[in-house]
Amino acid sequence: MRHLLTILGHEIRMLLVNPGTYIATVLFLAFMGFVFANILDAYSTDPQIMSPSIAFFEFFWFPVVFMVPLLTMKSISEERRLGTLETLLTTPVSTTEVVLGKYAAAYLLYLCLWASTGGFFYILHSFADDPRLLDPGPLIGGFVFIAISGLFFVAIGIFASSMSRNQAVAGILGVVMLASLIVGLRLLAGVEALGAEAFAPARAMLDYAQVFNHLEDFTRGIIDTRQLLFYLSGATLTLIFSILGLEAKLIHS
Amino acid sequence: MSDSQPAIVVENLVKTFAGVTAVSNVSFSVAQGEILGFLGPNGAGKSTTMRILTGYLPASSGTATLCGIPVASRPDEIKRLIGYMPENNPLPEDMRVAEYLYYRGRLKEMSRRKLGPRIDELLELCDLKQVRHRIIGKLSKGYRQRVGIAEAILAEPPVIIMDEPTIGLDPHQIFIVRDLIARLRGRMTVIISSHILPEIEKTCDRVLIINQGRVVASGEPEALKRELLGPARYDVELIGESADFAAVLAGIDSSLQITSEEVPEDDGFRSLIVNADRDEDFSEPMIRAIAADPRFRLRALRRAHPTLEDVFLAATKRSWDVIDRPAAGQKVEILKN
Repeated sequence: MRHLLTILGHEIRMLLVNPGTYIATVLFLAFMGFVFANILDAYSTDPQIMSPSIAFFEFFWFPVVFMVPLLTMKSISEERRLGTLETLLTTPVSTTEVVLGKYAAAYLLYLCLWASTGGFFYILHSFADDPRLLDPGPLIGGFVFIAISGLFFVAIGIFASSMSRNQAVAGILGVVMLASLIVGLRLLAGVEALGAEAFAPARAMLDYAQVFNHLEDFTRGIIDTRQLLFYLSGATLTLIFSILGLEAKLIHS
Repeated sequence: MSDSQPAIVVENLVKTFAGVTAVSNVSFSVAQGEILGFLGPNGAGKSTTMRILTGYLPASSGTATLCGIPVASRPDEIKRLIGYMPENNPLPEDMRVAEYLYYRGRLKEMSRRKLGPRIDELLELCDLKQVRHRIIGKLSKGYRQRVGIAEAILAEPPVIIMDEPTIGLDPHQIFIVRDLIARLRGRMTVIISSHILPEIEKTCDRVLIINQGRVVASGEPEALKRELLGPARYDVELIGESADFAAVLAGIDSSLQITSEEVPEDDGFRSLIVNADRDEDFSEPMIRAIAADPRFRLRALRRAHPTLEDVFLAATKRSWDVIDRPAAGQKVEILKN
């Protein structure tokens, strides 16, 4: 693991130099800013039950489904397409270090992007004198949720990138996988046919994997270790698949 | 690593991809400090063999040893001993030259303090000083190849493997690269593969010709020329009867034989090829004998200098014939030096 920091430093520098990162940042902040402004608008006209923080994080899924693939699709597929993976793997680094280095760089960038939305709340805090508008609890809970669920989502993005040599295919694969995980499972839970007795164990699994339920719990301040485990084990498993998949592609190339 | 131990030993290497045998029982060894040239048609298995030596691809069977360390069981150690430049020299397009060399140096576990001066030294050596801050994606082909070579020799590894380092370069750049590679002789063991045969002939100590995954010829270029094409060959253009000429040749030396002749041209002159068994130059005796004889009129006589290209064509042609024969149940011959 000696080279992990070298690779991490390099990947971060490359992400910062790449214009795609800044496009993703602008689109993300534009969308979330728009959402935030709309929330404040709604709050200024009628009183609402939830605090603005909770309403803000309800929309997390849209930028995640599109932004995470944008950040991660280039990472492995470009190296395979250009052939630089070959030169990389003939140095004393292992495939594990390569995948983890790229994953860590993408994850740090993901955290930075979400951390910058804290600026919205800071603006709200400095301009509004009403302390009820800014609940530190749900805010912190929301950001903790983003940090922890981000581990799994970015891992899925990296996995998608390791599947194909083509960036676009990797990107779309990432979008589909993330959308199925976040939104698809929720829609699946609403299907009545699964309410039957025979499906009880599947039903239990499905209820466990509901990302929106996790969000609700986190913003209420409930840090449930089962949900923590869901994301940690999901991330670990996905990264293991990425590493093994990459090595398998090399052996059979 | 003792001096007598060969740097690279490959025994019965086999690699199959989904039913296609890319490398079939290839065996060779490379002494320390030697420069070995790999020749072969496209798809012969040169790149595959090189990839197996670097530990990037696992072989299907056989052994490969670098500096005494087996590649299959200790690939991590092998990667610390090699510098590799793949075919098409893939480089990251977004990085600057010095930045890229620094990154590669850190990956190859060179210390930061040594890396700076070493990079300066390399930029000087490979004539990259004026492009050190340019983005690699914007460099011309010649510069990119030099960056690839600089990266391969960066950590001064004992073994350097380069797949087609001079491809696409103009003659001036080829000269620079050839010079670079020749300077490595003695200090580092080098394997180069190329299609540019004159370059291989000038740069390499020994040559290995691979065709359809098998070694079909190996040895020093001069020895191969003698072995595959005969020691000496003369191209003669004259007017006269071949039978008379054969008699005259027999008079000079018993080993001189006419091996082929063409139909006479409009002006009466015909081209003949005369082969000898010995290296000794018979040009002068032949010219004197023909000039003294009134039956002949000589226009040209020259000693042909076979090139590696002739060796290559002869070796691969023979292997095409040999390989076609196994269908009849005959044994395939593999030439070894």
